[in-house]
Amino acid sequence: MSGSESEEKNERMQRLSAVRPRLVSFARLQLRDLAQAEDAVQEALAAAIEKDESFSGRSGYETWVFGILKYKILDALRAQRRDGRWQPLEHELDEDAIDRLFQQNGRWQEEAKPASWGDPEAAFLNERFWQVFDTCMIALPDNIARVFSMRELMGLTTEEICREAGIKENNCWVILHRARLRLRACIERGWLSEEN
Amino acid sequence: MFKMMMCKEATRLMSKRLDAPLSFQEKLSLKLHLAMCDACTECNKQFTLLHEVGHRFEVFVSDTPDNGGGAHNE
Repeated sequence: MSGSESEEKNERMQRLSAVRPRLVSFARLQLRDLAQAEDAVQEALAAAIEKDESFSGRSGYETWVFGILKYKILDALRAQRRDGRWQPLEHELDEDAIDRLFQQNGRWQEEAKPASWGDPEAAFLNERFWQVFDTCMIALPDNIARVFSMRELMGLTTEEICREAGIKENNCWVILHRARLRLRACIERGWLSEEN
Repeated sequence: MFKMMMCKEATRLMSKRLDAPLSFQEKLSLKLHLAMCDACTECNKQFTLLHEVGHRFEVFVSDTPDNGGGAHNE
């Protein structure tokens, strides 16, 4: 290995340790368990180091590592399900939490009406937005959050989620609708209240 | 007679839209409702923002302060 190659490798190792905390928080949102999240990240980092040569250098290094982590998270999710750690999703199909947001006639309750969040670009660039998002994801019931994160964080299709979670596609849409309504309400409380 | 869709149903469609194609009828009723309802228009923006959150999280992760941002690999 030439000097510049090992230098590059060194730089990548430093980048791995810099990115590690955010990878752990990403994995934790989905696995709902800090120890398991750390394990998944550890495995992903080990795989990244082992497969260092297969990194083509065309896309970002962190993005490449992120891709590896997603596979590890999916493996861990499957193991959780096999171990019976997923509560049945049918429990989440009651309409109460959603009904409270709306009046009998289907209009928003006055206090539940969505307000503007300002510039979404600015939100995404703000560290605090991510803290609020993290808090609100953790506050969601595990099984709802899992479906939401498989869809929106892992980018699985609802068809794939149905296969992973053993539910019907229609239920999947119902759960995602619920998750989005709850998350938006929670984020709005956290995001707008601290800002003013 | 065309029955006006209410907010609760509108939020169901604006969520479903992100996971599966809507029928022509669904698209039309959602569009009509959004044209008249500010609260649902905000809700729709927020659902769309949440839909982008995975991609943005990746950008956020790749942009850790100590590596000078992921952009220098481009």
